[in-house]
This record gives sequence, structure tokens and C-alpha cells, in this order.
Amino acid sequence: MTDTGIDGAAPDVLVVGGGIIGLAVAWRAARDGRSVAVVDPSPGSGASHAAAGMLAPVSEVTYTDEPLLQIGLESLRRWPAFAAELTEASGIDVDYRADGTLAVAFNPDDMTALDELGAFMRSLGLNVTRLTGRECRRLEPMLAPAVSGGMLAEHDAWVDPRRVTKALALVVDRLGVPVHRERVTGFLFTGPADDPKACRGVRLASGRTLPAGQVVLAAGAWSGFVDGLPPGVLPPVRPVKGQIMRLRAERPLLGHCVRGMVYGSPAYLVPRRDGELVLGATQEEMGFDERVTAGGVWELLRDARELVPGITELELVDVVARPRPGTPDNLPLIGPSAVDGLVLATGHHRNGILLAPLTADTALAEDRSAVAACSPARFAERGPDPDGGHDDVSTTR
Amino acid sequence: MDELIIGGEKFTSRLIMGTGGAPSLEVLEQALKASGTEITTVAMRRVDPKARGSVLDVLNRLGIKVLPNTAGCYTAGDAVLTARLAREALGTSWVKLEVISDERTLLPDPVETFDAAERLVAEGFTVLPYIGDDPALAKRLEQIGCAAVMPLGSPIGSGLGIRNPHSIELIVEAVNVPVILDAGIGTASDAALAMELGCDAVLLASAVTRAQRPELMAAAMRDAVIAGRAARLAGRIPRRRHAVASSPTEP
Repeated sequence: MTDTGIDGAAPDVLVVGGGIIGLAVAWRAARDGRSVAVVDPSPGSGASHAAAGMLAPVSEVTYTDEPLLQIGLESLRRWPAFAAELTEASGIDVDYRADGTLAVAFNPDDMTALDELGAFMRSLGLNVTRLTGRECRRLEPMLAPAVSGGMLAEHDAWVDPRRVTKALALVVDRLGVPVHRERVTGFLFTGPADDPKACRGVRLASGRTLPAGQVVLAAGAWSGFVDGLPPGVLPPVRPVKGQIMRLRAERPLLGHCVRGMVYGSPAYLVPRRDGELVLGATQEEMGFDERVTAGGVWELLRDARELVPGITELELVDVVARPRPGTPDNLPLIGPSAVDGLVLATGHHRNGILLAPLTADTALAEDRSAVAACSPARFAERGPDPDGGHDDVSTTR
Repeated sequence: MDELIIGGEKFTSRLIMGTGGAPSLEVLEQALKASGTEITTVAMRRVDPKARGSVLDVLNRLGIKVLPNTAGCYTAGDAVLTARLAREALGTSWVKLEVISDERTLLPDPVETFDAAERLVAEGFTVLPYIGDDPALAKRLEQIGCAAVMPLGSPIGSGLGIRNPHSIELIVEAVNVPVILDAGIGTASDAALAMELGCDAVLLASAVTRAQRPELMAAAMRDAVIAGRAARLAGRIPRRRHAVASSPTEP
């Protein structure tokens, strides 16, 4: 058993977390000639395993989320080259498609709301096209006749995240990056434990240690709960449960990503070339809860069936629930933490797949101007989040 | 001091907030601060009270009283069970009782609501039931020991304002417990109108959380509730068919 990375030497970079973010960061670092190792008890099995893979910064934009839009657009620009390079290096087709998202409305009320959102999008300089109900159904004949109109975001794209993590795992392996299948239970710090000066590796559940030049915390929803980080350094990441379903058709039912509001809850359908159709997704503040519930399944099917009635004929192949890494402002944390040698690449919430190329390009880079809004320092200014639940928090006003 | 008293507890703010629909926790926190609210509802079926970093942490950090609600319940049995779970998890016996009749209108089911209210009052809960704008039902709920009644202005999330102001006035006249206008508020004038009609408080969520600028709308609602309450206490002038000069024509 070796305690260290490549050839027994401590790697330059140790990535904690083998989801799409961790693996993408590891790939970029290894490709750039650094020695890299990854730690994850079960790589690719968290939110990356559940995600639908929508690369849809335009159709997902909401009021107050403009900073997220800007980094989303920047990462979307990087996706074609990222996907091409990954496919080239791995031989795996990641099913990257840039065919646009069609957001639809069911009744005049929904259309009014969608039109207001469309005006907001145009005020941000985004290019969206207003379509009538019949125009929507000409684009997507399987849409319900009740669709009264829609909005096409032509440049939105999507990808199959499971293929992406598989391809990333393959290419980092080819670059000689070891993946330690263990849980991190602590960090190797220099200086006092409650006010560490520098991070120089991690401690594993087995008791062994992995020294490294620097550590990247990319543990998704678990990033806010890793043991051994002082409160001011622990990122304010919380689990936001999502349940998501995969159906399979003989041939694709849709040519675009389709989304719509159903009974006030947002629903979407993501088609793949192989006939898979992803129905998503719930958003629940339920902690680390990976149970698929009857209500969750029912809501997914109910809402998707309202949008595309024909889905009831498809084979149900998969339903999973995973925690997304949510943050207070919906933006990720990318870049150095308050402790030297500890870099954060986490808190991507609903946008981990979209933001993977941008995160991989910037997390360890000198120039992080593209992700200035994602600086971990923005939370340090607000002070550490109170730890250990809500019952020990002061209630002074 | 013009205080709102519900179940023996005193409050200064007469604006009660809901948490549903906010784009992020940070936006919600800013809006809650701007609203000046002292009570905020949380749907117990959508939040795990033990989860760290959730909306409950935000409320505790701001010192806002958590009012668990039974949103998502369709039977008295579900609602009673949810209220018990909330009491166990949060250590509060307060509950906003919400029993919905169907998911398209989200209108409250009066029979199930009454049934659940009776059982919860018997179990020692401080019950604040969400009801239609029905003065008779409001009176009956007061009689069985509810701490307040919460009639709707219009359906949840509709933003249609107060569709039947007359019924709200009748409820205000009929009951002696606080009347909290709940659901349907679209903009600040709706909240002010509720207070002018004699409501003791206003509960709203979507009007703020789904606004383009939630924090600004929250401040507008805070001011509207204060203005409406002051106008109610000041006493509006009678409506007349013809003009009356405001400056005396004779000395």
C-alpha cells in the first residue's frame, strides 16, 4: 500500500471528490503536466450520476440570478472544445448537442409569465425567440396540444453527464492519475488546528495520510460537511435533494430540451440520441436523503406527462435521488480558500455539468477573472455559518 | 404600542412571510430582513428540520419565529400528522393549518380543515387555519379555539389581490381572534387594503419571492402594511357623491 501519489512522491495536486468537477479539475491539471491524485470512495456516483446535463444558461435564467448567467454563458462557450477534446482523448461520445431549449406555456397565465421572463432575457442581451403554440408543436410534434406558446433558446445545449464522468475517469487514468477509493476524514495542516496556516494533504478513513502540494475540495454536497476544516474555511454548501427519472424509447421522442411550468413547478425533458429521455427534477431541502419517494416519482411523471403525453409508453429504466451542492447565492466557490494550499471547486448546485469546463480551467489558474463572482472570499466577509444545526444559533435581533 | 397578539405572544410587525419560491437562500434572507417580519412560515413537508444550512438556519439567524405549515396535505389525517412531526422537530406547538382541496386551485378544504383544527386544538396546538373568505367558518373556528383565522384574498400564488373585500370585512366583524389575510397578495396596495379592511396582519410569499427584485418588494410590503394599519386606526372619511371643499369658504 502506498501512501502517496505517482511513483511514491506526494502529488502536486490532490483532488477530493471524483464527480464531474473533481475529475475535470484533475484532468486539466494532469494534462498541464502536474502530478495529480483523486480521492473518492465512489467516483461519479453523486450529483453527476443524477444530473440531466442541461447546458442551458439562457433558458434557466431567473430574476436575481444574472451573475450565474454570466458564468454559465462563459462555460457554455467552452463546452464544444471541452467535449471534443474529451471525446478525442477517451474515445467516448459524450452526446454533446447544441440544438436549443424550448420553454413552453400551457395557458395564457403561463404565457404571460413566460413573456415577462422573455422581456427580462432580452434586456440582458439574450437571444430568445417567441413561438406560437402551433410553431412549438411543429418543432416538437409530441408536445401536448394544450401548449399555448413558447420561447426557444437556440444556443442552449446538453450532454450526457454519465458518459462525461466515464470519459473523464478514463482519461485521468491514462494520464497516470491514481484514484484512491476512500473517504477523507481530515486535513494535514501546518500551524494550529483551529487557525491553520497551510494545507498539505489529507487523512483517510483507513488512517493513512496522503500528502500533496495542494488540495482541491470538490466533494459536491459533502464539501460543507467534511471533517477537520475550521468553521471559517468550511464552505457554506448544503445538500439540495433532487429526484430524477430516466425513460427509454425505441427512437428519440424529442429533438430539443423541453421545459415548462406545471402546477407552478418547473419540469424538463432531456432527449438523448440513444432514445433515453431524462425527466427532472425535484428540488427538496431534505438533507442527505437518497431515497426515491412515491411523491417524487409521481410528480416527475405527472409533470412530464402534461408536457409530452406520449411518455407513458416508454420504458422506465432508472430513478435516482442525489444531493446537489447548494450555496446561499446559487453561485459556486472556485479558487483559493482562506488556507494556503486548499482550493475550493464546489457549490455548483444545479449547474455542475454546465460549469465543469470553466471550473476546470480556472480553479488552479492564476487568472480567475472569469470566475471573480465565485471567489470563496465572498463568504469569509460574511463570517462563518453557524455550525451544528439551528437549535444552537443565537436569536438576537 | 400597537402590538399584534396571537396565542398570547406579542409582535410588532404585522407582516408574516412565507418562504416558498425564492430563487436563492441569500435573496430570501435579504427579503426577510427588508420585510421586517417576525413570523415566517415553512412547509414541513419540504424541509428536513435536521438538515444544516437550510431555510430554518436563516430564520434562526435572523431571530424570526418559525411557523410550520401543513402545505401539501389533502386530509385532516395528513395535516394532524404533519403538525405533530413539526412540534417534535421544531419544539413549537404553533401550526399554520393548511388542508388543500385540489392542486389546481389550491383552495382550502373547509371540512377537513375544521376537523383537523378541532383535533389539533384538543392536542394543545396553537392553530392558525388557512380558510376561504367565509365568515361563518371563521366564526366556527374561533369557537373551537383557534388562535387566529387566515382567510384568503384569492388563490395561493395568483396575485389577484382581495377579490371579495366585503367578506373580509364580515370576518373582521365576526371574530375576536386576529384575522390574517393569507394568499392572493400581488402588490403593495393589496396588502394595504387588507389592513384598511381591518385585518390584523398579512401573510404573503410569492408576491415577494417571485418579484423581479424581491428585497425591494419586501420593503414595499412592510411599508404598505404599516400604512394600511395606520389608515385603519386613523379612520377613513365617509365616501360622498359630491365634492366638499377642503378649505373653508367662510371664516
